[in-house]
Amino acid sequence: MSSEEQVIAGDSQTPTAAVTITGITKRFGDVVAVDNIDLEIADGEFFAMLGPSGCGKTTTLRMIAGLDFPTEGSLKIFGDEVGTLPPNKRPVNTVFQNYALFPHLNVIDNVAFGLRMQGISRTTARAQAAELIELVQLTGLETRKPSQMSGGQQQRVALARALVNHPKVLLLDEPLGALDLKLRQEMQGELKKLQKELGISFVFVTHDQEEALTMSDRIAVMDEGKLLQVATPEEIYEHPANRFVADFIGQTNLLDGTVENNDTVCLANGARVSAASSFAAGEKVAVSLRPERARIQKRGAASDGAAVDGVVESMTYLGNARVYNIKLDWMDLEVREENRPGATLHAPGAEVTISWDATAVSVVAD
Amino acid sequence: MTVAEAPVDREVDALEATPEFEAAAERQESRRGFLMALPAYAYLVLFFAVPLVIVVVYSFATRNRFGGTDLSGWNLDSYAKLGEPIVRDILFRSVWLALITTVICLVIAYPFAYFLATRSPAIRNVMLVFVMIPFWTNFLVRNYAWRVILGNDGPLTRTTEAIGLGEQELLFSQTAVVLGLVYGFLPFMILPLYAAIERIDHGLLEASRDLYANGYQSFRRVLLPLSMPGVIAGSILVFVPSLGAYVTPEILGGAKTTLLGSYIVTQFLTARNWPLGASLSFVLMAIMLVTTIIYFRKGGRTL
Repeated sequence: MSSEEQVIAGDSQTPTAAVTITGITKRFGDVVAVDNIDLEIADGEFFAMLGPSGCGKTTTLRMIAGLDFPTEGSLKIFGDEVGTLPPNKRPVNTVFQNYALFPHLNVIDNVAFGLRMQGISRTTARAQAAELIELVQLTGLETRKPSQMSGGQQQRVALARALVNHPKVLLLDEPLGALDLKLRQEMQGELKKLQKELGISFVFVTHDQEEALTMSDRIAVMDEGKLLQVATPEEIYEHPANRFVADFIGQTNLLDGTVENNDTVCLANGARVSAASSFAAGEKVAVSLRPERARIQKRGAASDGAAVDGVVESMTYLGNARVYNIKLDWMDLEVREENRPGATLHAPGAEVTISWDATAVSVVAD
Repeated sequence: MTVAEAPVDREVDALEATPEFEAAAERQESRRGFLMALPAYAYLVLFFAVPLVIVVVYSFATRNRFGGTDLSGWNLDSYAKLGEPIVRDILFRSVWLALITTVICLVIAYPFAYFLATRSPAIRNVMLVFVMIPFWTNFLVRNYAWRVILGNDGPLTRTTEAIGLGEQELLFSQTAVVLGLVYGFLPFMILPLYAAIERIDHGLLEASRDLYANGYQSFRRVLLPLSMPGVIAGSILVFVPSLGAYVTPEILGGAKTTLLGSYIVTQFLTARNWPLGASLSFVLMAIMLVTTIIYFRKGGRTL
């Protein structure tokens, strides 16, 4: 098994793919921003592109929008090749990272802009814009300039301005990045709801893995221009394709080791732990142990499943949970314990055993 | 919250949020600012406001028989003279040439400023230096250089003769004056335009393209309105000095193309009609003042 096979297979091979990307590469001079990726985004799908900054996710989005053109490969929107079509000839609209609202136009003219450019009369365009302004709950603010609005309001204007054109695909470039946490969570829910109502695909670029997990139907994880895994949030969290994905999505402890057989991995310290995998014996792997999947117990207490011994180095109190930093002989571990009544506290320096179920870990290629 | 009670912009918002003691500190700061501006105020009053009043006073005075000025018997005779065909023609011609110069500068400078604003910082700086280099040479010298270029046996006529267009005599014509003015004032158009365009978020142009604007619409509906402060500033900076230009028309223009600047000088030095020279100067300043006010109105709205 390799990550590439998974990528090509994809999950939903619907006949009417909204976006079909085949063998796309984008170079800026010597820099390869996007490296030969294949991707299919289904109609009506909430699709997230996730990765650290510079991983090529935004460049991919910009190529779908037509703001950048691929160096190689084919890009289709609902079956039509759009490779080098300018953005104004594509049935997609974008919500930009900093919203890119026109500062010289008020809210209604910002929203009506796309319709006006398509030759629709001012009256009709404004009427339609007013409907969208109502949809994003900004009625009453039509004559405001963008500079007179809060970040959250500007974000809604950007959304209305894109959606008023009835795009077949809506592209969103880190649309919530500039908002504070509370507002961001609120907007996440609204965006998701809006997407369900409209039934069009939203392609969403983010570096926030939590955001991607909460909102998306499927996630594409990218790094250094390469597509590492495309799958549902659950699949990505439970069965990361490789070390990078396991580490990037959520918190995890990566224990280096070598595959012994189908359900045993020999860890770096020589301990044998049970962990199911389909790698060949002798292959270098890492066992991904999520902090919340590990159990922490006083040394000596009987434990089932795999276990390693360690010493508590520090503890962080999170309110709903405690996170322990455990020092093992050869590495550090993070263990998260829910704050339930009666949970045993482990003071720094305490000798503990960390254990887990064989099915609770995933084995990833190194 | 209704629109009426909404804060006008972020700055006002910030002010409202300022606690009282901070507001007091701001007032103190503004008093200190006034003190620091005092030398400049004094200079302006002494060397600008006072002479201006003198000019206005003289424009209502009477020219006596010996070429002097009687500061008595105030009248509007010199303003009435502005309606005479000879003066009126000079006034119109000056405004017209200044307008043409401004428009030509705008058409040349805008694409260049856009090009400049979209280069990498290193290239920009080099190109900005090239824009400024002409200033290192005396303005008079540069105008004489044009006289050589456009002159009878200059490179231009030689070229036109060589390619069979015959002898193209440009010197001492309105075309030569406009050429000289455009050459002289082009940087004053480029720099504010560059500053205005450089400030515009390139993402806005991308957004307009994403919203179905073609290249022209993107320019017309986004780039141009947002760069309007630069367009207006550049236009004023070219129009105003072109209108009152003296050196360039003197050197490159002929006797048939007398402009306001030269005419005023003639009134003061040769014709010795100070009241007429003063009233012309005053009218010239009034035109400039009006254009500048329009600029601030417009600029205030689009900024």
